[in-house]
Amino acid sequence: MTIADIAGGPGVRPAERGPVSSLLLSTLDHGDPAVPVPTALLHATHVAVAAADDITADEDLQLSLFLLYACAYGSLAWIDPEWEWHPALLQMRTAIERSFEDALRRETPIPALPRADAADIAAALFALTAPTPGPSLGRYVAKHASLEQAREFVIQRSIYTLREADPHSWAIPRLTGRAKVALVEIQSDEYGAGRPERMHAEIFARTMRGVGLDSTYGAYLDLVPATVLASQNAMSMFGINRRLIGAIVGHLAASEMTSSLPNRMYADGFRRLGFGPDVTEYFDEHVEADAVHEQIAAHDLAGSLGEDRPDLVPDILFGAAACLAVDGRAADGIRFAFEAGRSSLRPGPDTGLLRMPPRKVASRRAVHG
Amino acid sequence: MDERRAPQITACADGPLLVRGAVEIIGDDGAVLRNPRRTVALCRCGASAIKPWCDGTHKLIRFSTAEHPSVGDD
Repeated sequence: MTIADIAGGPGVRPAERGPVSSLLLSTLDHGDPAVPVPTALLHATHVAVAAADDITADEDLQLSLFLLYACAYGSLAWIDPEWEWHPALLQMRTAIERSFEDALRRETPIPALPRADAADIAAALFALTAPTPGPSLGRYVAKHASLEQAREFVIQRSIYTLREADPHSWAIPRLTGRAKVALVEIQSDEYGAGRPERMHAEIFARTMRGVGLDSTYGAYLDLVPATVLASQNAMSMFGINRRLIGAIVGHLAASEMTSSLPNRMYADGFRRLGFGPDVTEYFDEHVEADAVHEQIAAHDLAGSLGEDRPDLVPDILFGAAACLAVDGRAADGIRFAFEAGRSSLRPGPDTGLLRMPPRKVASRRAVHG
Repeated sequence: MDERRAPQITACADGPLLVRGAVEIIGDDGAVLRNPRRTVALCRCGASAIKPWCDGTHKLIRFSTAEHPSVGDD
């Protein structure tokens, strides 16, 4: 068996990670959205939120929040769409979100605020996201990652990337004017600009299949740790809540600004391991695309929004800094595991399986050395 | 479908030239380069590994377009 055999189809429910996700999963799976949800669910949520000393790394709460957002995205087909607006689930989501947002605001250092001027905001965002020397997941993948580690990296990335761009699309109807035009210009490129096979999520699905993995969304959810779910949940929270419009714009800017250079390293790593263009296309595409997107995001999206809505400048910077913090923490967790010779994944049904070669790696060429 | 849109070039501070609109970009050999997307970024710092496109390397070399880098407000 391989990692691919661990994965389930679209109907497979993830495993619980504690009392909150246990109750939530049984509610979503067996409950009836037309009848009141057991009060135990909300009670367990409040207890867990109060007890959490590090909510970003809390497996139970981050999985629960991820599932609650899945109710809105429709990303997990087994969840009945009737749950999307269920008052008890929205209360539960709000309780986790407030605590998560508070933690991010408390723990994220924010640079000095720029003036509400597009050029100043863009300069502040570029300064905040400037490349730093030293060890990084990109450098590790480029130089050292084994085949197993490269496949783990793809699994970790799949939580966002098989739904790439979706969290930021929540912002489109909440923006107007120049900022809206800029966001749609970026998202159009993300969604293939009229060509379904060019959708970034679809290009990534080909990467997954090219390394012998299942590209069904959520297939590896059980293997992905809280910090990676937290990275996804932060952008879902910023995107889906209108009051956080500044934060989702800052988040998009920071993620575009920290993409081109690492993606070149990821592409180099997969080429080093002998993979061909069907696997590396995703990373190569992002070197080029995100060098465009970062300019649009900095000047036309974040800069314009800050000029038009000076009250949002603090949240634009917060969203950008929070993106760096949560994504950095997720990436560090993966890299530290790799450096220590451990799997970066949560223990699955049988983690010994992860040492096995991929099921099918058609594009893999002869590896030198 | 604004392929007929007049070309527009935006010079980005410390970064590339953003090109929008109906433009053909010709390579060294005189052939039209594959245009990867509707808006493209052309390298201005000279250090890109995928020229003529920008790959973000200007940030690594601290490329500056400021006339007088120490001057702030105009």
